Amino acid sequence: MTDLENILPYLGELIARWLRGFLPSWLVDMIMMAIVGLLIILLMVIVVMALTLLERKILGRLQDRLGPNRVGPYGLIQPVADVLKLLIKEDIIPEKADRLLHFLAPVIIVVPAFMVWAVIPFGKKLVAADLNIAVLYVIALGSVTSIAILMAGWGSGNKYALLGGFRAVAQLFSYEVPMALAILSVVIAAGSMSLQKIVEAQSPLPFVLLQPVAFLIYFICGVAETNRSPFDLPEAESEIIAGYHIEYSGVKWAMFFLAEYINTFAVSAMVVTLFLGGWKGPILPSYLWFFIKVAIVVYVFFWLRATFPRLRIDQLLNFSWKFLVPLAMANLLVTGLVTKLGLVYGIKVTAYWVGNILVGGLGLYLLGRFTPKKALA
Amino acid sequence: MAVALKTQEIVLNMGPQHPSTHGVFRMVLTLEGETIVDLKPVYGYLHRGIEKLSEGRSYLQAVPITDRLDYMCAMTNEFAYAVAVEKLAGIKPPERAEYIRVIMAEFTRILNHMMAIGFLFNDLGAYFTPVLYAFRAREHILDLFEWASGSRMMPNYIRPGGVAGDLPEGFIPQAKKLVAHLWKFADELDTFLSENEIFLQRARGVGVLPPEVAIAYGVTGPVLRASGVKYDVRRAEPYSVYDRFDFEIPTLPNGDVYDRYMLRLLEWKQSLRILEQALDQIPDGPVSEKVPRRLRPPKGEVYGRIEAPKGELGFYLVSDGSDKPYRFKIRPTSFVNLGVLREITIGHKVADVVIILGSIDITMGEVDR
Amino acid sequence: MMEEIFQLLKEKFPEAIVEIPEEAKDPTVVIRKEQIREVSLFLRDEVGFNYLSFMAGVDLPERFEVVYYLYSMGREPISSNLGPLAIKVYVEDKTNPSLPTVSDIWPSAFQQEQEIYDFFGIVFEGHPDLRRIFMWEGFPGWPLRKDFENRTFTFKELEPTRPKAPYW
Repeated sequence: MTDLENILPYLGELIARWLRGFLPSWLVDMIMMAIVGLLIILLMVIVVMALTLLERKILGRLQDRLGPNRVGPYGLIQPVADVLKLLIKEDIIPEKADRLLHFLAPVIIVVPAFMVWAVIPFGKKLVAADLNIAVLYVIALGSVTSIAILMAGWGSGNKYALLGGFRAVAQLFSYEVPMALAILSVVIAAGSMSLQKIVEAQSPLPFVLLQPVAFLIYFICGVAETNRSPFDLPEAESEIIAGYHIEYSGVKWAMFFLAEYINTFAVSAMVVTLFLGGWKGPILPSYLWFFIKVAIVVYVFFWLRATFPRLRIDQLLNFSWKFLVPLAMANLLVTGLVTKLGLVYGIKVTAYWVGNILVGGLGLYLLGRFTPKKALA
Repeated sequence: MAVALKTQEIVLNMGPQHPSTHGVFRMVLTLEGETIVDLKPVYGYLHRGIEKLSEGRSYLQAVPITDRLDYMCAMTNEFAYAVAVEKLAGIKPPERAEYIRVIMAEFTRILNHMMAIGFLFNDLGAYFTPVLYAFRAREHILDLFEWASGSRMMPNYIRPGGVAGDLPEGFIPQAKKLVAHLWKFADELDTFLSENEIFLQRARGVGVLPPEVAIAYGVTGPVLRASGVKYDVRRAEPYSVYDRFDFEIPTLPNGDVYDRYMLRLLEWKQSLRILEQALDQIPDGPVSEKVPRRLRPPKGEVYGRIEAPKGELGFYLVSDGSDKPYRFKIRPTSFVNLGVLREITIGHKVADVVIILGSIDITMGEVDR
Repeated sequence: MMEEIFQLLKEKFPEAIVEIPEEAKDPTVVIRKEQIREVSLFLRDEVGFNYLSFMAGVDLPERFEVVYYLYSMGREPISSNLGPLAIKVYVEDKTNPSLPTVSDIWPSAFQQEQEIYDFFGIVFEGHPDLRRIFMWEGFPGWPLRKDFENRTFTFKELEPTRPKAPYW
């Protein structure tokens, strides 16, 4: 099985050795980097195409109907049909739109989505750039999305888009704070900001078992950051039609769509890397384990979308600032304390559990006390 | 030194083409941030001139037109028209016809409440899942309608004098099986939806309608009963054979969006009670009086009303002795219920307008006629 | 019960009543149009008719009629609510028909009066926002009058009368 493990690095070595035969060394390095970048982009595009089809089929099954099944057997060629349609559509720019902003917004939203994938470890030796500040890099790129959405909202010259843009900015920056605090607890527990080292620090137990409160906080904030149900207010279909991307059509809309799915996949990958043990697992090669775990998390994302109604903007913001941020800070306190004490592994696990149960229990109790919306008044 | 914050109001048009305005309804909202300061409804996008059209048709020819008023529940429109014409002309339909009308009307009430609950959740954002579950059960009822009358949505079945044709063989046992299934389905929906935390947060305390305001604005139907006022045309002015059945009129105290949803679920269960009794007690006999094709009622005017699923639906007919109505006035449920929209949405956010509109449950065919 | 209400009305407003038609199927009383507001206030506050079901306009050859149907709501048991009372107002002037509004007495009349204005052209004096709600401002004629032809209108006929955008 170690042969299957190392298949991609082995191929990379072969190509590099062949190129060094007739090219200077620095050029060979640049060409290898370009090849890795292209591979990641290709992988992302294929994954997004598969995700769009999967989402529609899973949503359909949860709603007691079949998803798309006309285009090809079981609807498998549906994404190709969608991409073709989007490419040949006419590009309409409204009269009152600010042309520069309208043009730049899709670009700025899609580039950081791809850039995040440079640091995520797909397997034991499969990480494009093993930065030792990878976590900081990911958090920073996540914040660029809010700028792009505001540009899209303002630059469209449409009041619905503007409303969508306001809501999106408020939601996105409110949910970055608890997200960063939750990631920080993992960083303290693992002792490093590099994602590859965080995965390796998760033996024998993955961090979801050591830090369940941080896992839940990060999961909720991840759903909010990618504008998915139940936090999909900025693109609430039933109220402000399509929110900030209401005036986009064709390739530019495809960029927004692409960015949303790549972000969903990226957040799932971060959840898996930080909490579920990354690529660790017996028997199968590491990248297969990675994809299996990410698939499960993505399925939970789709399940949430089919099931819950959405929250209103002020309820969203209240939830983040008044509940999640204090909870995340309390969790950080507990984690820091347990790590500083430097205990033996078994006792450390028990201490983590006790701390998390205390923090989680207190949080839920206070939440129940202060939001008493009863069914039968 | 205090500096006042200067904000600017924007005028937002939730236009006739919108996924959540239940038809072609246009609202001009004046917003300050996300809070609503003023709301102006604009009607007329579906105006078809039904009242004027019916003045040129005979009383029997007007039955298909009444189907298309509130197109989601067609049987009760025809029922109201039949009650009005029978009051005017002094016809009394036979017993079996009355029971068949009650059965169809109660199935229509369940149909409407299923759809209202489903679309309320669609407005809230639960992306079509409750709609599709409700429509799955609705299809069974529509199959029954097609079996009895030949058409799912515009049945043209209940006419002045009785019913167009007798029920087919095997209809009653099938209907009884469906009633048993609908009891279970109502409980299933209750389990899924009533205790959902996000729904409670969004719907409790939103769009509260005080009972005095409701009575003053002439609101009827589930919206009125959810505000605590116990009034139902089936008890206030009993028509057809409703005085033989044993059922309750539920009311709820709060009058917000959650109560209107809960009341529709409770009314659904009461309709199932009526259905069980009617399906047991239905007698044999003829299904229609001999009514001439060109009915000439005596001169006079009359107002006949029933409790339609959305409220009080009535027809005010003025006859001058000829075979065409002189004045055909429809008392539309949704139009009068919409008069209260402005009162209950001022001060709420944009996201709430959509669910308040969804909880009032309108059909534009009735508003615009 | 309707007899007592007619008795009360005869005592309180003897000069307002024009006639009480005997052969009508629903209890009807015809009120003079100048006194409709006092009679309405009396009926709502003293007698208890707090629910105005609808208002209808009728175009007879010699006059317009505006009919109000009143009920009461909210009494226990439900069947003890006061039954239909139809109030008619004759509007004799067919060229400039008008009568006082009751939209501040029963707010459900607000939209109904707009509708009657839109279809018949009857002006309600004192109405806060009398405008055409189904047809547009500038539509030629009043649709439900008997002298308005019951035929199909073509786009070319009606297009010049439409207001130009933007209009709220």
